[in-house]
Amino acid sequence: MREDFYILQDGILKRKENTVYFENKEGRKILPINKISSIFAYGNLSFSSGVVSYLSKEGIPIHFFNYYGFYEGSMYPRETLISGDLVIQQAEHYLNPERRLYLAGKFIEGACGNILRNLRYYARNREDIQEAIESYATSIESELSCLEGAKAVPSMMRTEGKIRELYYNALDEIFPEEYRIIKRTRRPPENKMNTLISFGNSLVYSTTLSEIYNTQLNPTISYLHEPFERRFSLSLDVSEIFKPILVDRIIFKLVNKNMLGGNCFRGEIGNMLLSEKGKKIFLKEYDEKLKTTIKHKGLNQSVSYKRLIRLELYKLSKHVLGAEEYKPLVMWW
Amino acid sequence: MSDETTKEKEKSFDGSLSEPERSIHAEVFLGSVRITGVKVNYYHVCETKLWLFSHNISLEKESDNVAIGKMLHEDRYKKNSKNITIDGISIDFVKTGKKLEIHEVKKSKKIDVADRAQLLFYLYFLKKKGIDAVGVLNYPLLNKTEKIELTPEDEAITEKDIKNIKNIVLGSMPPPERKRICSKCAYKEFCFCGDRDRV
Repeated sequence: MREDFYILQDGILKRKENTVYFENKEGRKILPINKISSIFAYGNLSFSSGVVSYLSKEGIPIHFFNYYGFYEGSMYPRETLISGDLVIQQAEHYLNPERRLYLAGKFIEGACGNILRNLRYYARNREDIQEAIESYATSIESELSCLEGAKAVPSMMRTEGKIRELYYNALDEIFPEEYRIIKRTRRPPENKMNTLISFGNSLVYSTTLSEIYNTQLNPTISYLHEPFERRFSLSLDVSEIFKPILVDRIIFKLVNKNMLGGNCFRGEIGNMLLSEKGKKIFLKEYDEKLKTTIKHKGLNQSVSYKRLIRLELYKLSKHVLGAEEYKPLVMWW
Repeated sequence: MSDETTKEKEKSFDGSLSEPERSIHAEVFLGSVRITGVKVNYYHVCETKLWLFSHNISLEKESDNVAIGKMLHEDRYKKNSKNITIDGISIDFVKTGKKLEIHEVKKSKKIDVADRAQLLFYLYFLKKKGIDAVGVLNYPLLNKTEKIELTPEDEAITEKDIKNIKNIVLGSMPPPERKRICSKCAYKEFCFCGDRDRV
């Protein structure tokens, strides 16, 4: 099983024959090329075209994040898996308004299903807030039911926005004061929770993109988000389903277990960022989460959370090929 | 290589009498579905696999079984010239002697109808080109070979196979069915990813 490789330090990637090294003043490290699925670069990275062509040939994308931990872009190897038929069908599902709405709605439905699972899971042992959380959950469910009548994607997006807002309000009930979201802010994230959400979301986006690269799906044709919104907008669509499963659960753990002590954040309220130590802790949890396995009944085998993303993409492929209607993943465990 | 046009006899996939739904590329593909040995093999294994493979939805890249097969092939028969390609038909290796020998290497541990059909297809293809050959299936893991010759019956079966393959490829994706071989198939996750009980 290939693994993701995270580079937090500044340094140089060097290729010497068919070995890639990461080098800086602290030392030299070999990148085991056959064992890497993607590279996540958080530091300042220099590399030659020789490295790029080699990684490209091996089908390994590099995702770049800036100083603040925001996603900046990817070195996406040239496509080798192209199915003309699938791409045409994928586009057809975008162009046909009814079909597009169906898929857009399914992504929200999946995200929402997982959001509800999270809320109920974390409120289970908290008698003091249970009632409040349940009332948020009911409001979310009723928002979700509006989706059925939606006639255009923008109105679906509004529904999604309302669901998120309710969700964040509900989370504020659960989290200790230090970690209240209050209002979702992005660039810059204004407080700790916003920082954690932003950092995690860009990770999920990148992981999903890497998985898309390994399928025949075209990453630029999307349904909920407009294809011109960002370059790889299909990744945004599919990420919606996995954000509550991966990011939010990691955050719950980090906060509940008080794993983010001093030095994990830097900056101030209004412009809060993860420090290198904070990033390290988050990335470690993220990597472990992706490797965690659960039993998949259809396949009758254990699959990792990361693999679930791939399976979701297979489901989408089958949907556009007309073989099986897409139903989004909602945590069954 | 084929000159037939729209008047191909259609086979119904779900057993009903209605015309099968055609893929949107059917008109472009029609009469030009390229038949290869692997497709003939897959046709005997699973129609869904044949369809997906033919539509370039390939998952073999990640399959350990495929990787082992490739290594075995490269390692075991180093001396022989490999992968002869004639008109897009790729043959593992050939030996020349009294009669041309077409070799196909299989990693499987049992001799299989699909392997046989694949080799018969090569022989049929060569015969159409005026080349008389015999086939040999190599099973290095069994230390066994099997010689295969093309009989008139085999020829008729191969022709029928080719027609069926075209029909399947031109149709819409055959829904996956659970079979015994699924557990070893590179497409397993693709086929059964959504198929699970919900809580």
